[in-house]
Amino acid sequence: MTLDMPTQHDEEWRYADIASLAGVALDNWTDITVAAGEEHSQCLLLEAAASEVLRLRVNVEQGARCAIFAVNAASDYARLEVEVVLGQGAHFELGGVTIGGGDATREIVTRVRHAGQGSTSHQVVRSVHWAQATGNFLGRIEVAREGQQADAAQDFKGLLLTRGASANARPELEIFADDVKCAHGASIGQLDESARFYMAARGISPEAAKALLVQAFIADALAALDDEAEHERLLGVALASLEGAAL
Amino acid sequence: MLQIDNLQATIAEKQILNGLTLTVNAGEIHAIMGPNGAGKSTLAYTLGGRPGYDVTGGSVSLNGQDLLALAPHERAAAGLFLGFQYPVEIPGVSNVQFLREALNSQRRARGETPLTGGEFLKLAREKAALLKLDMEMLKRQVNVGFSGGEKKRAEMVQMGILDPSVAILDETDSGLDIDALRVVGDGINAIMRKPDKAVVLITHYQRLLDYVRPDFVHILSKGRIIKTGGPELALELEEHGYEAVAA
Repeated sequence: MTLDMPTQHDEEWRYADIASLAGVALDNWTDITVAAGEEHSQCLLLEAAASEVLRLRVNVEQGARCAIFAVNAASDYARLEVEVVLGQGAHFELGGVTIGGGDATREIVTRVRHAGQGSTSHQVVRSVHWAQATGNFLGRIEVAREGQQADAAQDFKGLLLTRGASANARPELEIFADDVKCAHGASIGQLDESARFYMAARGISPEAAKALLVQAFIADALAALDDEAEHERLLGVALASLEGAAL
Repeated sequence: MLQIDNLQATIAEKQILNGLTLTVNAGEIHAIMGPNGAGKSTLAYTLGGRPGYDVTGGSVSLNGQDLLALAPHERAAAGLFLGFQYPVEIPGVSNVQFLREALNSQRRARGETPLTGGEFLKLAREKAALLKLDMEMLKRQVNVGFSGGEKKRAEMVQMGILDPSVAILDETDSGLDIDALRVVGDGINAIMRKPDKAVVLITHYQRLLDYVRPDFVHILSKGRIIKTGGPELALELEEHGYEAVAA
């Protein structure tokens, strides 16, 4: 099947690195169904050297829970897309990190549809970039007419370590029910200079201080990941990309 | 031990230190007092190497080493401790993690073996007890949610763990109630009143000097030391004010 190539005029691909999409499989969908009452947890790493678009369609049935934790530390254009439909009382948890330098664009794109009553979602995305790199988060939350008492929260923070790096955040809400809670926040900043000097004054080198502060910054995204080994693994991949970075 | 000669420094091209000279020998405790704007905190930050504090003349040596040639974290490893008037909060980084990284960075820089987790915790527990700081506080994030007094006690615990040869304490007494003042004063004496160490206490008030008795008291005004005496000078200041005594 051939798909039309997206362009930057498509809202969903507005910040993407379209030029890097040539030859990349766009119909790379993975379908996941979490049956009623079940729990599903998945960790994803995007660290390939070639461009990659990973697309997930998740159907979370009544009372089920789905948690996805992802680190996008690829060295070329990489995009993780997650489309979620939540049934009655279902929950979706996302912890996402995009991190890296070079001139790559790293994206996390989510569409969460609260289809059933009392469904909940919680998304935390942290983006750390340097050099000419870009980190994007596009998060769409839809609450259907049947999705009363939905509770959705989305939180994005971007950290730019050097001049030239950028981050884009686009929260989007589409709500057709009248009794819902939807919270979203987005902010972009740089490392706290006073914290860096405080660490230096205690003997911590600038590189180690940066690593500690970045680790603290991305910690929120992985806070809900209880599996310690997986937690270590994801954090390790995220922080490894900092090593040797010219900052 | 610490030799400051004709030190001149600017902040944003504004001259703050105007030829400050001070000799601190091993085993001595010096108090530097002075009105607001005299350059007290600038002296502390300049010695610590804070970015934005530019040395335009003079020299500083610490244990025979050219202090001004060292990066801030190297100054700490060389034996300098800077006590902050406003200790910095670092969300997401625990005191234990922060201090272990700091101590081991310093030890590595000096060619010493880093402490293991167990060895470090034993040392931390001992120093926390000295300052009557609950060990649980050290497991929390650096200074986050600490009261003014807790922050200052935590600073002294840091000093105890890092074991510097010279401590510059910038208004360590500010924000302390009478009981905390005594604990902090006792802590400074226990950690630093030793024949091979020295302290420079920067303060507005006489009250800390009741607990940490200085060998010398200096009055700083307009970026230079204009008068030096013994402990009685602090009492004189307390009674008559800066203007009368410095005249």
